[in-house]
Amino acid sequence: MNRAHKYDVIVVGAGGAGMMAARYAAQNPNVSVAVISKLYPTRSHTGAAQGGVGAALGNVSEDHPEWHAFDTIKGGDYLTDQDVAEAFAEEVIEAVYELEHMGLPFSRTPEGRIAQRKFGGHTREFGKSAVERACYAADRTGHMILQTLYQQSIKNNVTFFNEFHVLDVILVDGECRGVIAYELATGELHTFHAKSTIIASGGFGRMFKVTSNAHALTGDLTSIVYRRGIPIEDPEFFQFHPTGLYKIGVLLTEGARGEGGILRNSEGERFMERYAPTIKDLAPRDMVSRAMYLEIREGRGIGDEKDYIHLDLTHIDAEIIEERLPDITEFARIYLGVDPIKEPVPVQPTAHYAMGGIPTTIGTEVISDGNNTIVPGLYAAGEVGCASLHGANRLGTNSLGDLIVFGRRAGINAAKYAASVDYGSIPADNQDLAKELIANARSASGKEKASIIRKELQNTMMDNASVFRTEETLSEQCRIIKELKARYEHVNVEDSGQQYNTELMEVLELGFLLDNAEQLAHAALNRKESRGAHSREDYKERNDDEWLKHTLVYKDGDGVRIEYKPVTLGKYEPKPRVY
Amino acid sequence: MQINVKIKRFNPESDSRPYWSEYNLEVRGSDRVLDVLNQIKWEMDGSLTFRRSCAHGICGSDAMLINGVNRLACKLLVKDLGDSISIEPIRGLPVLKDLIVDMEPFFDSYRAIMPYFVNEDPAPPRERLQSPEDREIFDATTKCILCAACTTSCPVFWTNGRYIGPAAIVNAHRFVFDSRDQGTPQRLEVLNQSTGLWRCRTAYNCTEACPRDIPITEAIEQLKREAMWRRA
Repeated sequence: MNRAHKYDVIVVGAGGAGMMAARYAAQNPNVSVAVISKLYPTRSHTGAAQGGVGAALGNVSEDHPEWHAFDTIKGGDYLTDQDVAEAFAEEVIEAVYELEHMGLPFSRTPEGRIAQRKFGGHTREFGKSAVERACYAADRTGHMILQTLYQQSIKNNVTFFNEFHVLDVILVDGECRGVIAYELATGELHTFHAKSTIIASGGFGRMFKVTSNAHALTGDLTSIVYRRGIPIEDPEFFQFHPTGLYKIGVLLTEGARGEGGILRNSEGERFMERYAPTIKDLAPRDMVSRAMYLEIREGRGIGDEKDYIHLDLTHIDAEIIEERLPDITEFARIYLGVDPIKEPVPVQPTAHYAMGGIPTTIGTEVISDGNNTIVPGLYAAGEVGCASLHGANRLGTNSLGDLIVFGRRAGINAAKYAASVDYGSIPADNQDLAKELIANARSASGKEKASIIRKELQNTMMDNASVFRTEETLSEQCRIIKELKARYEHVNVEDSGQQYNTELMEVLELGFLLDNAEQLAHAALNRKESRGAHSREDYKERNDDEWLKHTLVYKDGDGVRIEYKPVTLGKYEPKPRVY
Repeated sequence: MQINVKIKRFNPESDSRPYWSEYNLEVRGSDRVLDVLNQIKWEMDGSLTFRRSCAHGICGSDAMLINGVNRLACKLLVKDLGDSISIEPIRGLPVLKDLIVDMEPFFDSYRAIMPYFVNEDPAPPRERLQSPEDREIFDATTKCILCAACTTSCPVFWTNGRYIGPAAIVNAHRFVFDSRDQGTPQRLEVLNQSTGLWRCRTAYNCTEACPRDIPITEAIEQLKREAMWRRA
C-alpha cells in the first residue's frame, strides 16, 4: 500500500546539516517538519569527523574572522565565492557558541573556554604562521556535534522517518514539491508532499577504492536531482585527505599534525619542509596529498611496495596523545597493530570530501543554471550542497563549520518560504520513476554483479581520476564509466523479498554512484588547468584567465553537457598559492 | 586464510524460525568481520542482511554477537578470532531479518532519561565556562555511539526488557556529571524508578561489551552514589 505524507518542510538526511536544518525549521511555529534518513540519525557520517570546527574565537591566540575568510579563499585556490567565505567566517563563531549552549562538550582551555588547536591552512595575519582556530572535543568533534544535535531533536520532538531511502524529487513547473522515498522495513514507496525540501544527504566518496567515507555515501541525491535536470557544480574538485590508514583509508585527523605530528618518507625526512617551508606539515590537504604522491613516485615511499608514508607522533608526550587523540590512536592499534606512541603510523591519501555539489545561493536555495535561477522550495546544505565556500580545496574543519552555518540557514530559509506559500499540487503519477527504478533492478537479466561493477569503478577512479590526472587517464575513465553504466543495466537483485532488502538498495546506490563518477570525470577532463584538488599533469599551472570559473555539469541524454559560471570575487586578488 | 562462518538467519517473509547458514571462504587475517559479511553478501548470498555504515567503529550500526561476545563487526579483525566465526543478532531485541533487530525499544529507553542538555538560565554571549577538570569527569560517557552492545549483553535486560539498560544510564551520566547541566532532579526521578538504575546487578557484561571502552559499571555506580546523596 502506498503511503502519503504532508509536511511543510522535509529534510533529507540526518547528519549535522540535516539535523541543524530541522532544528531551525522547527523553531518557526507556523511549519511542520520531518526528517527522512536512510540510516538511523546517529549513524550519519558527521559522526566520523574528528579534529575540530574552525572559528575565530581567539581563545588561545589572537584571531579574526577576516583571517579565517582569507585562509578559506586561499585554501580554495581562489575558486571560493568570497562573499560566502566572509559571511561564513563571521557566522561560524556564533554557531559554535550556539552548539556550546546546546551542551556540546568541547575540550577546555585552563581558563574554561572552548579549547582550540592548529589545523592545516589556518593562519594568523594572512599566512604568517599557523593559528589555533579549530574548536575541538578530543578527536571526536563530529561525533559530539551529531550526538548533540540528535539530543536537541529529541528535546524538540522532531519527527524522523528512519531507514527511508529517497529515490526521487517531485519537481513540477520548476518548483520542488517533495520527495519519493522507499521504506526499507516494508519495501513500500511513500510520497512526501512538501512546500520546502532541504537536501542534506552528504557526499559520494564511495566511488574511490581508498576512502574515509561510510558505505552509505553513494551520492544518491546528487544523482537524483541531476536526472531531473539540475546541474552539479564543481564535481571535479574532490579532496584526498593526506592521512588515511594504509590500505583501509580510515581517517587520522589533521589534528594529529596540529598537535605536532610529522610526515616522513623512507629516508626519515620531514619532506613537507621542501613543499611548504612556512607551515610545513600543516599545509592545505591538496598540497600535502600531492607531496606524498610525489615522494612515493620518486621512490621514497615506505614498505614492501614502497607505497606509504609515515605519520610520526612518537616525539609527542604520550599523555597528550591519549588525551587529545584517543580515537585515532585506537584505530592505528586495532586496524594496523601499530601503537602511535611507540612507532610511526603507515598512511596514504584517502578520498574524503566533495567540494562541489548541488549549486546553491548563499542562502542555500538550489539554483538550476548559470544565471542563478532559483528552484523554489528546494534547498541544499552540508557536503551535498555547493554554496561555493570550499572552492577548489576545502580547509580542514570547514566541513563542520559548513554544516552548522548552512544547515541553519537552510532551516530558517526553508521554513520562512514554507510559511509564505500554499502546497502546490503534485501529479498522480509521482511515484512512477521510483517504481521503474525498482522494477528494473528486480527484473534485469542478471548477467552482471553489482559488487564487480562497483569494484571496477572504485579501482579505476583511484587510478585515473584521483590526486593526479591527465587527458589520457580522464578520457579513459569517461569511457570506462560509460561501459560500466551499460553493464549496470544487466545487474539484478537475488533477494526477491520486500522487507529489509538491503541488496536492492545497494544496487540502486551503485546506479547513483555511477552518475556521480560521470559528473566528476567529465568535469575533470574539461578543466585544462591545475587548481586546488584538481591536479592535471598535462596542465600544471592554474590559469585564471581561462579557468577562474565554476563548472556546471548537466545530464544530456546519455551524456553530459558542461557550462560555466563566474566566481564571485572580492577584496582578495588571486595570487600564487604558497605556504 | 580459509575460514568457516556460521550466521544465524531469519527471513520473516519465509521462515517460521531462525536457522544457521554456513559459508566457507578465503579472506585475509587483516579483514574486518564486516569485510567478511560484505564478501558473503556481494559474492555468495545477496540476501544476507545486516546494518553497516562507517566501517570503523564510530556509527554504531553493526553490533552483533560474534563468537559469543557482543562486538562491532567493523572493529574486530578475523585474525583475532581464528578460522571459525559464528555471528548472531544482538540479544533481547526483536529480530526483524537476519542480523537486523528492532532498535526502537532501545531508543525508547534512551529518550526516557532526557538525553539532552538542560539549562534554563539565559545563555551568555560567549561560551559557558567549564574547567578542564570538570569536563574530564564525564569524558568517558560522551563516547557512547548508541550501538546497544552493552544493553543487549546485560542479563537483567534479557530477563526484563523494561529495564532501561546500561546505554541509557551511560547517557544520563553524561549529563548528570556535566557541571553546566540543571536537569539532574528530573533524570534521577526516571533512574530511581523500578525499571531504572537499581536494577543493575553489576554483572560487568556491559563494560566488557562496550566497543568504546567506556567504564560503564563504574559510571552506573557513580550514578547510584549520586542518587543516594541527593536522597539523603
